[in-house]
Amino acid sequence: MSTDVTAKSPAPAPPGRSGAAADGGLLGLVLAGLRRNMRQYGMLIALGLIVVLFAIWTDGDLLLPRNVSNLVLQNSYILILAIGMMLVIIAGHIDLSVGSLTAFTGAFAAVLTVQHGISWPVALVLCLLVGAAAGAVQGYLIAYLGIPSFIVTLAGMLLFRGLTEILLKGQTLGPFPEGLQKLGNGFLPEVGPNTNYHNLTLLLGFVLIAAVVWQEFRDRRRQQEFSLDVLPTRLFLLKLTALVAAILVLTLLLASYKGAPIVLIILGALVVGYGYVMRNAVFGRHIYAIGGNLPAAKLSGVKDKKVTFYVFLNMGVLAALAGLVVAARLNAASPKAGVNFELEAIASSFIGGASMSGGVGTVLGAIIGGLVLGVLNNGMNLLSVGTDWQQVIKGLALLVAVGFDVWNKRKSGS
Amino acid sequence: MAGPVLEMRSIVKTFPGVKALSDVTLTVRQGEVHAICGENGAGKSTLMKVLSGVHPYGSYEGDILFEGEVCQFRDIRASEQHGIVIIHQELALVPHLSIAENLFLGNEHARRGLINWRETLRHATELLRRVGLDEHPETRVADIGVGKQQLVEIAKALSKQVKLLILDEPTAALNDEDSDKLLDLILELKNQGITSIIISHKLNEIRKVADSVTIIRDGRSIETLDVKAPETTEERIIAGMVGRDLDHRFPERTPHQPEQGATPALEIRGWTVFHPVDQQRKVVDDVSLTVRRGEIVGIAGLMGAGRTELAMSVFGRTYGRYAGGTVLKDGTQIRTRTVAEAIGHGIAYVTEDRKHYGLNLIDTINRNISLTALHKVAKRGVVDEHEERQVAEGFRTSMNIKAPTVFEPVGRLSGGNQQKVVLSKWIFAGPDVLILDEPTRGIDVGAKYEIYTVIDQLAAQGKAVVFISSELPELLGMCDRIYTMAAGRLTGEVPRAEATQEVLMRHMTKDKEVTR
Repeated sequence: MSTDVTAKSPAPAPPGRSGAAADGGLLGLVLAGLRRNMRQYGMLIALGLIVVLFAIWTDGDLLLPRNVSNLVLQNSYILILAIGMMLVIIAGHIDLSVGSLTAFTGAFAAVLTVQHGISWPVALVLCLLVGAAAGAVQGYLIAYLGIPSFIVTLAGMLLFRGLTEILLKGQTLGPFPEGLQKLGNGFLPEVGPNTNYHNLTLLLGFVLIAAVVWQEFRDRRRQQEFSLDVLPTRLFLLKLTALVAAILVLTLLLASYKGAPIVLIILGALVVGYGYVMRNAVFGRHIYAIGGNLPAAKLSGVKDKKVTFYVFLNMGVLAALAGLVVAARLNAASPKAGVNFELEAIASSFIGGASMSGGVGTVLGAIIGGLVLGVLNNGMNLLSVGTDWQQVIKGLALLVAVGFDVWNKRKSGS
Repeated sequence: MAGPVLEMRSIVKTFPGVKALSDVTLTVRQGEVHAICGENGAGKSTLMKVLSGVHPYGSYEGDILFEGEVCQFRDIRASEQHGIVIIHQELALVPHLSIAENLFLGNEHARRGLINWRETLRHATELLRRVGLDEHPETRVADIGVGKQQLVEIAKALSKQVKLLILDEPTAALNDEDSDKLLDLILELKNQGITSIIISHKLNEIRKVADSVTIIRDGRSIETLDVKAPETTEERIIAGMVGRDLDHRFPERTPHQPEQGATPALEIRGWTVFHPVDQQRKVVDDVSLTVRRGEIVGIAGLMGAGRTELAMSVFGRTYGRYAGGTVLKDGTQIRTRTVAEAIGHGIAYVTEDRKHYGLNLIDTINRNISLTALHKVAKRGVVDEHEERQVAEGFRTSMNIKAPTVFEPVGRLSGGNQQKVVLSKWIFAGPDVLILDEPTRGIDVGAKYEIYTVIDQLAAQGKAVVFISSELPELLGMCDRIYTMAAGRLTGEVPRAEATQEVLMRHMTKDKEVTR
């Protein structure tokens, strides 16, 4: 999960300023670097601050291995939704139906496995297909018939919620087969000798660190090859160290409990995959183009309708996946599952740097935004803050984050 | 005739980086119809915005005297209180409200916030009768044609006790019949004592309604002529609009020698397009033209002549409703029903409105350039960013795009550099035919020269170039052949040797008959 923030080469420093920064030593360099990349690093720093604050307020409980593991499990489905939502928002649309769709696919999975005894891998595939179909229908209405996405997905929100209740007849349905439960609660299997740590998780962590370091050096070398401006060596090493340290800490925390949750592995794969698509694939480019300036994209030959259609189809698949994870985690399908998930996913995207008018945002940003909300949730739970105040504080967090973004943009005069 | 009702003295208006008006003096007599004419961008609309308070007092230099008093309008409301009402080119009506509601919008017949419908309807009926509009006041504005909407605007002006009515190209969007009606109404209002200023470049209209005409060129008032005087011929007005040759400079160009019998790279036959909303209006009417390889062919025309509409409808039917005509590429008929098809056949259209239709302003230079042909820097759907960057760097050097890196958001560049990015992205698409729509609009002289050089090089490489422009000097300086359009029709085809500004302007202001 290393790509986006790091791979983007920062704008070169104006000569005067970098000279001044060099005088201030490493700290000066860091500050100068931050100032230039407020947008990219701002939210990451905010997330770091929130983690540190809550770690202090909870006397370290926040960072106990069991809690970190919990935090991942609790937020995984919102993060999955946030990835898809980020694409939708970048394309200049919105999807209000994902919460209901999440509930619907969970219910569908329960009907298949619990009531009809269909094996769980088959049910999983069928659920993803149902999600794709739901997304495709909404995408068709939005892209080809030109009905505003707000309306189509608002209708979808009501419709899928209703269908969920019909499917479940108002009852909660469970339990799920063990295989499916793993999707929500499972961890990587333990292998090898007893080391007090979860071996496979450690191994995975080290492989990830190696991959990140290799990737960073390769990027830097290629940038130098093309005589692009690169971070000053000291700053680069500092950034690399921070990145490695963060992964290492997370690995050790998870490995000292039950190991890496399976859903974390799925999430990691999604982030890397979608990050890559949005950065490097033609499809990703076209999403940014239609969101940034639709008429210009059309006149450039971008097949805007097709792109929009697939963005919503994709959202449907991810909503189905999230639905399976939620159902598996609760070990039951409930008619009330997924309520307000769409709003959390939308909030995550905006906290993570998306723009109301489209064309802006990164997958990693959505994850960071989702984590900000997730840590706030978890930390306030540990502090026994009531849900009433939790809502208030999360609302304020959204306002502050987007307000900061607007202020920062205005200041830089763009 | 009576004395002056309006005097504008030495008006100077500067926008950041551009002097829109450098010295305009205008005197309008009580009770006359005063025409203002000049080329596109001469400063006519800016002058009227100064007069009506859109550009408030203090943002310009010079004095405005209305009925002998010095005016310091802070906004449109202030000028309207003095009886000066402007009707803009784009009508300012709310389509989903009724005629009556529109008439009194912001000025309702109301008591304590509640609308008095009785009085509203009575007054509306009276106003509609005055402008000769036979519609029920409760009809939605969206349900009546543009011509009638124009009349509603005038009725609205009358409701404000108008003394000086300003009409900015009132007939540009109207068909002949509606135009005639409107012009008659202006004369009728004149009989009722209302002074009018009409901005127009249709000379026949000016001759029909105006008493005097002031010519504006490059932000200066050149002269005021008495339209009724025998020496004021259309030629005389055209000469004033065109003026002497400006100090534009163009790259040395050897005119293209057409090979005998060579097949045109692009041929358009009988192209006809209807307005997207107004089903009756032909915006492009039976236009046929050809461009050969290595040739630069100009299309001249005034605002509303249908040039952009022609280009966009050919380019993937991105404008209006197609009603007939064929496109041939190298002698073979091709389909250009979508942008992708047009690009696939090697056609590129560089828009006149780079901010809205040309660029994604929040994205970087390299990503804007690659968008039209991403497949060229991608393998199996994955963009090779390093190759993309090299392509962009190549254009940054060859087109002299002034930016610190190719990762700069396009929105931060100056107009000239943005235009170079738009050109780059279409050159990168590798077309055989480039349709350039006002490629030098709103950019400074230095950047213009660079763009001319690029256009010249493109032709030298054997590309066919269609050059749409409102600036006659640049067409004369760059083109091998120039077509003229007026009111959606082709009105002339002038070879380089015979082209002068006067000849072109003559064809451009011709309203109906078609030569050749």
